[in-house]
Amino acid sequence: MHYKKYFFILPAFLVVLSLGALFGWGLKPGIELAGGSLLQVSYPEGRPTAEAIHGKVDGLALGEVHVQSAEEREFILRQRDLTPEEKEQLMSALGTLGTVKEVQFNSIGPSIGQELYRKALVAIVLVTLSIILFIAFVFRHVSKPVASWKYGLVAIVTLMHDIILPAGLFAYLGYAQGAEVNALFIVALLTILGISINDTIVVFDRIRENLKINENKNIKELFSEVVGRSVTQTITRSINTSFTVIIVLLALFYFGPDSTQDFSLTLIVGMIAGTYSSIFLAAPLLVYLEDWQKKDV
Amino acid sequence: MNKEGKHVVVHAETQLAVRVFRALAVLVCAGVVGYFVYSSTVQEDSRFPFKFGLDLAGGSHLVYQADVTNVAPAEVPDAMAVLRDVIERRTNVFGVSEPIVQVEKGSFVAGERVERLVVELPGVTDINEAIRQIGATPSLEFKLVVDTTAETPALELGAEAPVPEIEYIYTGLTGRYLKRAALEFGNTQQGQMSNEPIVQITFNDEGATLFESITRDNVGKQLAIFLDGTPVSSPVIREAITGGVAVISGNFTPEEGKQLVRNLNFGALPVPIELMSTQTIGASLGEEALRKGVLAGVYGFLALALFMILWYRLPGVIAVVALVIYVIIMLALFKLMPVVLTAAGIAGFILSVGLAVDANILIAERIKEELAAGKTTEEAISEGFARAWLAIRDANTAHIIASVILFWFGTALIKGFALVFALGVIISMLSAITISRTLLLAIRVRADKPWGRFLLRSGWKF
Repeated sequence: MHYKKYFFILPAFLVVLSLGALFGWGLKPGIELAGGSLLQVSYPEGRPTAEAIHGKVDGLALGEVHVQSAEEREFILRQRDLTPEEKEQLMSALGTLGTVKEVQFNSIGPSIGQELYRKALVAIVLVTLSIILFIAFVFRHVSKPVASWKYGLVAIVTLMHDIILPAGLFAYLGYAQGAEVNALFIVALLTILGISINDTIVVFDRIRENLKINENKNIKELFSEVVGRSVTQTITRSINTSFTVIIVLLALFYFGPDSTQDFSLTLIVGMIAGTYSSIFLAAPLLVYLEDWQKKDV
Repeated sequence: MNKEGKHVVVHAETQLAVRVFRALAVLVCAGVVGYFVYSSTVQEDSRFPFKFGLDLAGGSHLVYQADVTNVAPAEVPDAMAVLRDVIERRTNVFGVSEPIVQVEKGSFVAGERVERLVVELPGVTDINEAIRQIGATPSLEFKLVVDTTAETPALELGAEAPVPEIEYIYTGLTGRYLKRAALEFGNTQQGQMSNEPIVQITFNDEGATLFESITRDNVGKQLAIFLDGTPVSSPVIREAITGGVAVISGNFTPEEGKQLVRNLNFGALPVPIELMSTQTIGASLGEEALRKGVLAGVYGFLALALFMILWYRLPGVIAVVALVIYVIIMLALFKLMPVVLTAAGIAGFILSVGLAVDANILIAERIKEELAAGKTTEEAISEGFARAWLAIRDANTAHIIASVILFWFGTALIKGFALVFALGVIISMLSAITISRTLLLAIRVRADKPWGRFLLRSGWKF
């Protein structure tokens, strides 16, 4: 398998697309990150219309209330964070339209949201850094022909690709369907960082092994050919290990609880991105770096 | 065969017997643990039920922020501990089973130090009453009135008289030092004859000393008594008061007086608190989430098992058996540690099942390679394990790094995920290396026969 530069095209294209979505539409933060409140109610004996709800609720000085219908007899109301008294007001207003039951209520003050957001950024940076260090450490003995820190560099680029794609998807979903991101989304991104590094390690590991064998047996082989061979040898394993995770994630997405749906979707996209990125991004990048190094010499 | 040959054959036979014995031992142990998990789940009042978080069991999660601006930094942990005790006493009154009241580690938000208290009330559906009771605990403070010698400007005809601003000095005497409050009827300290209800406050020793020094140093000044931030009474200090007893008289009705005494006795808050966030989940929503989570887990597992058996055949079957044992061990750990399961935790568990099988795949692929290189079954298996170990170790270390950081990052919900995930990674590593190995070595399959070759290779050619 020979590596040409055009292998980059697909990953690069998708990254540009995702970045465009992120900068253009942005991610819609849910109440956990931006503050606000969410009240989910059900009308067991029949649900009034959304207009009726607005009629009762808009006059309560609660600011803007966004009403969304859910399930068969439920509504989800989103507004700024409420004090317990305000929530009581809201509930009794809703109660005038029929027997109403509270299913779920979350109210988060803005400062807690800010803190979570700040911690999220720090966590992402931390995980990325530690994984890079980890790779540089594990591959420290492989200095020829590409220095070990460059493996770390390639890993960063691959990881960034792996989380930018799901983020871009959610930017689009936020725009098209009002999908919100909350703490679990951040958790999903961090998990992607931790797991998709697997495939990259599998390939790097094999490259390292082949390089060592060549050294021991004094075989001269082009770096690009070693990389190519390593990828061919590990491709089945890479795909299968990702496939098993994706199978269970699909089960979680289709059959699992509502609260983890977005979470599993993010992970699925991240895992798929992670798998092909180690073949179409990480490996070609290594070859490219080595090529580029040679030109300097 | 000559004598030596015979010995070799016998040796190999004993070795196999030992391996089969070990494999059977593993299976039996797993069976016992599995039975434990099953029976303690099905039994109504077992000692080891699964523990579910609020988003699966239903309940409320409240976060209060405490205002510690008036507390010396060194005393903050102490004040928070007292606050925690007071609130817990209050929650116990509701008859909630296993409420959790915890001080959250102080952190910095926009340059200020914030202290938070987390209150978890499982199963409480009428959160409003709970919040009202918790929030209703009054905060009690004593402040000294400062003599203001500001001149009052001359009044213009018809203008309203400006209310002189009263300044207060914080004395440090708060409800923290309260020992007891009691409702009395009778004289106020000023000696007026009345039968109005008064609240008599007894301080603890520390408080008594503090009270004594305040009154001694400030005879003639007014000591204002603040209840929930509003002054209710500002008696003039006539003399130093020893014995640590103070009286609040503020035109209460007997009912108000009783309520006040009860609230004070349940604990006056050492610092004022504000409700920052509320999360309540109805029990039905929680149940549905649990049901769906378990369903997803079962389907996911079945799909995975199907894939493994069809694609990897013999190593695949071993992998599935090891996976079943892995699930059993994890469930037992959840019960014994115990680990509080949330929806995210269940997701983490399902994810870890998908990852646990990876180690087995790595091993199976290696075995395939070793066989292709011409080794015997046995050699291939041993070599396969040895070679695959490095890749398994590296991959799992990366997972653990991510989990540790997630643990630091997270709220309780996220910590639940991180814990389950990290646990899963460790246990799956162990199960792949020890259990899979034991089982695989006990199988005697000859790679040179076509049937054997089929069982040990993988994939399908069309």
